[in-house]
Amino acid sequence: MVTAQQTDNVKQDTPAAGCRVPYRVFTDRQYYEREQENIFKGECWSFVGLEAEVPQAGDFKSTFVGETPVILTRDSDGGVHVVVNRCAHRGALVCREMRGNRPSLECVYHQWAYDLKGNLIGVPFRRGLKGQGGMPGDFDMSQHNLRKLRAESVGGLVFASFSETVESCRDFLGPIVVEQIERIMCKPITILGDQRQRIFGNWKLYAENTRDPYHASLLHLFHNTFGLYRSTQTGKALMDANKRHSLLYSIAASNDDAADKQAYGDSRSFDTEFKLQDMSLLKGRQEFADNVTLVILTVYPNLVLQQIQNTLAVRQTVTYGPDEFELVWTHFGYEDDDAEMQAIRLKQANLIGPAGLISMEDGEAVEIVQNAIVGEARATSYIAMGGGQADDADHLVTEGAIIGFWDNYREMVGFDLEPT
Amino acid sequence: MALPSLEDMQVQHVAAQLNALHAELIDDDRLEEWPDLFEDKCRYSVISAENHNRSLNLAAVFCDSRGMLVDRVVSLRRANIFPAHAYRHILGPTRVVSSNEQIISAQTNYVVLMTRNDGQTSIYNSGKYIDEIDFSGDAPRFVSKTAIFDTHLIDTMMVRPI
Repeated sequence: MVTAQQTDNVKQDTPAAGCRVPYRVFTDRQYYEREQENIFKGECWSFVGLEAEVPQAGDFKSTFVGETPVILTRDSDGGVHVVVNRCAHRGALVCREMRGNRPSLECVYHQWAYDLKGNLIGVPFRRGLKGQGGMPGDFDMSQHNLRKLRAESVGGLVFASFSETVESCRDFLGPIVVEQIERIMCKPITILGDQRQRIFGNWKLYAENTRDPYHASLLHLFHNTFGLYRSTQTGKALMDANKRHSLLYSIAASNDDAADKQAYGDSRSFDTEFKLQDMSLLKGRQEFADNVTLVILTVYPNLVLQQIQNTLAVRQTVTYGPDEFELVWTHFGYEDDDAEMQAIRLKQANLIGPAGLISMEDGEAVEIVQNAIVGEARATSYIAMGGGQADDADHLVTEGAIIGFWDNYREMVGFDLEPT
Repeated sequence: MALPSLEDMQVQHVAAQLNALHAELIDDDRLEEWPDLFEDKCRYSVISAENHNRSLNLAAVFCDSRGMLVDRVVSLRRANIFPAHAYRHILGPTRVVSSNEQIISAQTNYVVLMTRNDGQTSIYNSGKYIDEIDFSGDAPRFVSKTAIFDTHLIDTMMVRPI
């Protein structure tokens, strides 16, 4: 039975005692459709790729903003551009490859051709053949370009927006996010490879997961047992001024094994009996002067930039529907990595990605929620760890950044759609 | 193609049997025995064709010692959280690419079907093994085994060896 109290919690602003999110936002297609319009095609910047993925003129990569197929290109002037991957003629995919290099973008259907900025440059039989056919006299090439998105690069991360009115990308990210991007993207990078993972759950469950330092040492035994991450570590959970984005960081050198063991008691995830035969997996290098060993920078709406030990990666969310999304992990190192450092990064890659000894578990965390909330029209979650407000914390026992996400979501999408 | 010699057939048989046993130990959840199929000093990697074809070395799973294989199994048993599931490997014929007195190089196509505890079976991973097998000792063992998979979109997670 639905009580008035529960219904009110759905409709009202966040109550002081915590944040409640109606489960139907994870299952109801109406929300999914409104998210595509108001978030991914709305007043937002979405991550689309790394400049290092398209280093040369003519390089392109097919990707997505939300569910919309787009192409990231590099033109001969060195600029990066993002266009919708859909021919202006009759809607066919212009790029059918994942990546490649081309002087121009040509649709295979009727060979309409576009330059790397998305301008229409060729239409076969435009003036007909033998005086017959052809486009109407008023056909204006300049009116039939690919749909262009705004594209901006921050530290080599390329973001795109459908909006003409949204603030600049740097302003959208805010100084904390820009500073963290520039911390990791401090010198030229080299791409190590991609990993792709399909998770059968709503993309926002992953948005919550990556803003959640509370779960990280409880779900992930590897983090906790080997001290890669513990909630007892020195660390912070910070947000930008608009509380869209979240920065979680921690310093492994602050571990105190004896005290931490007491804090975690008989927790499943603090297992001092668990030993590795080959400890080379965890041998890394201190590569940042600030001693920070874990950074999860979650950028609204679709990006995580991470440093876990010596693994560096971006994770891009691609939505497939209310109950399915893809996570694209692009791992990188630095151009000046020596052979040993390259080997460290490739070995530590065992920790992250779909087969990651740590991060595989987040797929299951998303799916067990999705499976439990099916068909639920009114019930809500309850998010209150750390005080139940969208507040920064100078500790890691908080869910404040999750509430920050939902405050923004409520503004852009709302919780008020009627249950179907 | 010339008829194979008896020796060729023996070599082919060794490589095919070792691959069949590899699949069987994984599918029957006898994972604790699985690392015994490898030399102490070995390489095991599971890498997408998407990366491999671009000469990028980033693998989903990369182990360069038998100890790391054991660690993967212990981690699966004790540490990792994942949905209950079983694998079934379907192997194609093993082709010996080359061999000398000590090492066989061979390759084998595979498909791994996954069954989750809701009872549904799906094609989880499809690809090709490229193996180097040392058969000079008491039993043939992998010096290296690389699973190059076409299915670069991995459903949910990958915790078992391929």
